[in-house]
Amino acid sequence: MSGSSPRHKASERFDEKGTDGVRTLLRRLAIYLFTAWTTITVNFILPRLMPGDPIQQLIGKLQGRVTPEMIKAIKAQFGQGLNQSMWTQYVHYINQLLHGDLGISITLSSPVSDVLSSQIWWTVGLIGVGAVVSFFIGTALGVLFGWTRGSRADVVIPAATFLQSVPYYFLGTILIMIFAATLHWFPLMGAYDPSLSPDWSWTYIASVLRYGELPLASIVLSSLAGWMLGMRNMMVTTMSEDFVLMAVAKGLSRRRVMWHAARNAVLPSVANLALTIGLLVSGSLLVEQIFNYPGVGNLLVNAVGNEDYPLLQGIFLLITFTVLGANFLADALYYVLDPRTRTAAVH
Amino acid sequence: MTSLRIPRSPKVIVGLVILSIFIVLTVIGPWIAPYDPNANTFIPNLTPSWEHWFGTTTLGQDVLSQLLVGCRVTMVVGFIAGLVATLISIAVGLAAGYIGGRTDEGLSLLANVFLAIPGLPLLIVINSYLPAGSQANPLVVGLVIALTGWAWGARVLRAQTMSLRDRDFVEASRIIGEKRWRIMWSEIGPNLLPIIAASLLFTILYAVGVYSTLAFLGLTNVSTWNWGTMMYWAQSNNAALANEWWWLAPPGVAIALVGTSLALINFGIDEFINPRLRAAGLTARQRRRVGLTRRPRLGFTPVLRQSPTDAKKVS
Repeated sequence: MSGSSPRHKASERFDEKGTDGVRTLLRRLAIYLFTAWTTITVNFILPRLMPGDPIQQLIGKLQGRVTPEMIKAIKAQFGQGLNQSMWTQYVHYINQLLHGDLGISITLSSPVSDVLSSQIWWTVGLIGVGAVVSFFIGTALGVLFGWTRGSRADVVIPAATFLQSVPYYFLGTILIMIFAATLHWFPLMGAYDPSLSPDWSWTYIASVLRYGELPLASIVLSSLAGWMLGMRNMMVTTMSEDFVLMAVAKGLSRRRVMWHAARNAVLPSVANLALTIGLLVSGSLLVEQIFNYPGVGNLLVNAVGNEDYPLLQGIFLLITFTVLGANFLADALYYVLDPRTRTAAVH
Repeated sequence: MTSLRIPRSPKVIVGLVILSIFIVLTVIGPWIAPYDPNANTFIPNLTPSWEHWFGTTTLGQDVLSQLLVGCRVTMVVGFIAGLVATLISIAVGLAAGYIGGRTDEGLSLLANVFLAIPGLPLLIVINSYLPAGSQANPLVVGLVIALTGWAWGARVLRAQTMSLRDRDFVEASRIIGEKRWRIMWSEIGPNLLPIIAASLLFTILYAVGVYSTLAFLGLTNVSTWNWGTMMYWAQSNNAALANEWWWLAPPGVAIALVGTSLALINFGIDEFINPRLRAAGLTARQRRRVGLTRRPRLGFTPVLRQSPTDAKKVS
């Protein structure tokens, strides 16, 4: 074995289980910071390196549509006609970002950061609530169906698999068709009654909640199955562990045993939470498109359609940074939940 | 090395049958389409009938023809993207897991970056900068999808490679003096096959979903027929508000069926990897057939050596 020992050491050093939990957490943080930097750099390079010079084409199209000052500003943002080296442009770009300056939206003629800060809360509210609700309901169902494995309740597996494969936009459209357009149980689209003006009045808030019901239901329905199936599989595996058998042998009540197993089975779900946040945010761009709901996803699709590159870049940075932050929170949660990650490694 | 033996459980058979039907349609779909998908000469908004099995659109086009023609592009992009992404993940996962050290650090960092960046927004940004001609080209879009979809598979393969790297049989061939490439290819590679297969299915699923999502958002060429563009036209003509279910349902159900079939086949692979799951999914009658007299209970999940349906033939 001595021949491969250097490799052994190397693998142990980077094995996450072998290191102290805090160090693991810091390492994750370093990865996220690196990813953030990569995203910024990609954002800087893409428009400058793409074939066909998209920015030049955009400026051509804009002539006469916007003021010469704006064209100048856009040119400056993408380094056109400044005769600066790539490096100077890059430093300038990062400096701008550090000051929260994301440039000026072409179609909306106002700073991208202002546009985003006025729209982001719709997205955060809808998707945040949707993610939390579906995680809890899905995990609870997974515990239940894992417990009753091998019984008739197993018919939910193929059903859940199918539900998981239904594309989100199809599910959303069908929900609108059945529950809003045909049965009139829910409002058709939008985020609040258009006759109201946004304020903190009770009628307005009630209207926002009412209009949010169907989009929320669609998010929960589409991501529920994934959590349920994952949790069920973990339950099946966990329930054959010795400590569960021990709990039964001690004569604990069924409910206590189930809780015992569930607490241990939920860890991979929490770990997956981090990986799923990105998917969820991506998929939920569609919610706003389908329900004509305000928010970042709606802005993004419009920005692509209008070739509003500054807005497009700003949204991409915002989404990526949010996902990275959420990832780190999920990692921290895992650290809190699993005591094994907190004890220093004993070799 | 155990040979790859796909369990013949009902789930896998159903999955394989559905998938084969769609693969056949991918090949012959455009030939058997009854009408030209672009022809808008029919009476608009017809409900399904013998002339138009899935009815017609608001624009007076035949839905079935669009579905059949669109099948090819959707599936081909999905499979190309899935294959390319899986090849990248095999290369990265094997190299990172086997070579270790600096190589591992670098490649893992790369995979982590791609895992953390949300895929769809990245895809939308890259796609929006592509010249108009490339946006319309399904092949280019498929390759961009592959670029955003390889990291998950690479991570799983790296973990498995690391656990195989120090097993005795690999150690033995290292001592014999086998070349590194040969060990990776013929000692470790075959043992990764179930995971590679699962990762391939998963990536195809991702690619089909993401490609039709892009098309649904109108970000690919909307005059190329695929299942996403069908939904795009249905959405922009308010098919949901007009209750035109025959227009909305076929592309959505088709995507869901392809997804379900891939997931069902994946179940079979899971059962192959994890024998505990084999017994957990049995009905009472199947249990009796394989000789298990009781329901799997707490702390006791029988590990079946064979998939239950194989056992039937033996006994």
